[in-house]
Amino acid sequence: MPRRTMIEAIRDAMDVSMGRDDKVVVYGEDVGFFGGVFRCTQGLQAKYGKSRCFDAPINESGIVGSAIGMAAYGLKPCVEIQFADYMYPAYDQLTQEAARLRYRSNGDFTCPIVVRMPTGGGIFGGQTHSQSPEALFTHVSGLKTVVPSNPHDAKGLLIAAIEDPDPVIFLEPKRLYNGPFDGHHDRPVTPWSKHELGEVADGHYTIPLGKAAIRRTGSAITVLAYGTMVYVAQAAVEETGIDAEIIDLRTLLPLDLDTIVASVKKTGRCVIVHEATLTSGFGAELSALVQENCFYHLEAPVARVAGWDTPYPHAQEWDYFPGPARVGRALLETMEA
Amino acid sequence: MTDAGMLRFHVPEPEVRPGGTPDFSNVTVPKAGSVPRPEIDVDPRTIRDLAFSIIRVLNRNGEAVGPWAGLLSDDELLAGLRHMMTLRTFDARMQMAQRQGKTSFYMQHLGEEAVSCAFRKALSPGDMNFPTYRQAGLLIADDYPMVTMMNQIYSNEADPLKGRQLPVMYSSKEHGFFSISGNLATQYIQAVGWAMASAISNDSRIAAGWIGDGSTAESDFHSALVFASTYKAPVVLNVVNNQWAISTFQGIARGGSGTFAARGLGFGIPSLRVDGNDYLAVHAVAKWAVTRARSNLGPTLVEYVTYRAGAHSSSDDPSAYRPKTESDAWPLGDPIVRLKNHLIRLGVWSDERHAQAEAEILDTVIAAQKEAESHGTLHAGGKPSTRDMFEGLYAEMPPHLRRQRQQAGV
Repeated sequence: MPRRTMIEAIRDAMDVSMGRDDKVVVYGEDVGFFGGVFRCTQGLQAKYGKSRCFDAPINESGIVGSAIGMAAYGLKPCVEIQFADYMYPAYDQLTQEAARLRYRSNGDFTCPIVVRMPTGGGIFGGQTHSQSPEALFTHVSGLKTVVPSNPHDAKGLLIAAIEDPDPVIFLEPKRLYNGPFDGHHDRPVTPWSKHELGEVADGHYTIPLGKAAIRRTGSAITVLAYGTMVYVAQAAVEETGIDAEIIDLRTLLPLDLDTIVASVKKTGRCVIVHEATLTSGFGAELSALVQENCFYHLEAPVARVAGWDTPYPHAQEWDYFPGPARVGRALLETMEA
Repeated sequence: MTDAGMLRFHVPEPEVRPGGTPDFSNVTVPKAGSVPRPEIDVDPRTIRDLAFSIIRVLNRNGEAVGPWAGLLSDDELLAGLRHMMTLRTFDARMQMAQRQGKTSFYMQHLGEEAVSCAFRKALSPGDMNFPTYRQAGLLIADDYPMVTMMNQIYSNEADPLKGRQLPVMYSSKEHGFFSISGNLATQYIQAVGWAMASAISNDSRIAAGWIGDGSTAESDFHSALVFASTYKAPVVLNVVNNQWAISTFQGIARGGSGTFAARGLGFGIPSLRVDGNDYLAVHAVAKWAVTRARSNLGPTLVEYVTYRAGAHSSSDDPSAYRPKTESDAWPLGDPIVRLKNHLIRLGVWSDERHAQAEAEILDTVIAAQKEAESHGTLHAGGKPSTRDMFEGLYAEMPPHLRRQRQQAGV
């Protein structure tokens, strides 16, 4: 099976979708001729023409607002916001329009759009190229939020998102684009070509939204993670030698609660890891759900490891990033509690 | 420090406030028929004047004059009059129903009926409007059932939107009426997106975006103009300038730009101002813009100069911010009276027939109201189920919502 980077897998997902359905259109800033600043759309304009893949003005509200109109017409736009940090001007369109169109019109109009955006830090992007705003989307009724952690999933989830009848936020951890980064920023990153999840089948396949994946089976403690933090958690587990079960959530909403609850009931302990800021982050929702559903099975308080409640700093990036050392400490503390 | 060195903050003020004498001397009204009618493929740079004038067809004597006249038959004009009268009667009954507690909220069109009623008749089947809350004439003039509108207003058991939306936030794809949001300006760029999709699909259908004078200040107005201009989208961008955004006079949104139509000039979009209380002028300009869009000539910006004679909504009291008699002083008159006088002048209408039509329309509206009320009103009779609250958010209900519905006991 061919191995692809996450960028190639995402591009392939759009390529396959555009090839199968001429209602799929792709646009965004620098997306057309150039193929996107991360090259996720490279070659799509040449292959499908300027009506199917084109450059947009620097206007995120306009990109998402026009996509909503296109979806109401009957197309299936898959648009790119260049960095998740740039999505705020489009937030009104996403939350009050895309998310509610089916509901408020009782299905008279629907909004099958995908909004892709690179998320997370670790590239010295400073406060405006590093954010993880997933909780701002999971808090909104009517959206679905997906965070893939590897090329195989990224392709299958993106095709599923494009084929989904409702609006999907597709957050791409940019630090994973070229390899499974585990937080050890001082070491070279293994490329996807050397990782089994870099195997990406040709052609069409989907991974259903709302299904988590167990990345490591264990009995001592459950780690809930998504995106880059899946590999950080793996590194922390290896370094502490704890027999942890690592769950890669893949889709935050709809959430695969059954898989989470089954695991925590088995292990009795839970650590939640995300790169986004702690307070009111998605970890708070996960922690509440674990408490509500697994309280009588818990041996220790649910722990959260997250970005500090500050803007993402530039020079102090690795002090901010919740790396394997911090995750490892939380694992040990939760085991000892 | 010299006086010249001291900065002064500027906040525009309307000409008059409550207690003052209404003054529209700043509204320059050109003679009917005096504004030229360019070819649809005109170079926008050569018609910049049209963004600062007012295209008018009906003169003071009730005659249709000038190059924009002559598009509508007598029967079409009579239908237009009936649509406007129906909308006004519908509004009066629903406004009263709100006062009687049958619904929470209402928004009427008083004085602005010509804009949406005449525009609708310039469109073809399949075209799509992205309206605001004050374009119900698009539905009335397309013979959308009044009972269905009332069911929505009452949020009753027959409400097609299942009680989820504020009153008057209708939706009808079949009648080319996009779901109304309630927040402002978002639909303007969506209209452009719909039009882009139609062009991408090599279709022949066009879109129309709607916005009020106040909401042109929103950034989505700018987004819409950028995208429409860049992609030459087949869209008509309508600005209904009814002078008032709740209590805020149009000068707060307009700033120093002279007119709202002039906003389009920097984008290279042909921009026209039209007498919004002149049914014939509204229709003629709309037709011009629609034909341009359908001919791959791109967007047109149209500013309808009109006056919101009523309150912003049932929650608003205009006497707190403008003279009570201001609407009587509005120089462009009343759209129904003007079309009525024109039809009398043509010899196809009379005061007697008008009074008779008013009575017939009232009967029709009351009959519709009775039928709607048999399905319930907001606080009495049949209403959408609690289960409906959970349905229809996603195509397939996700597990967390199923659990919440179970918790709610439905």
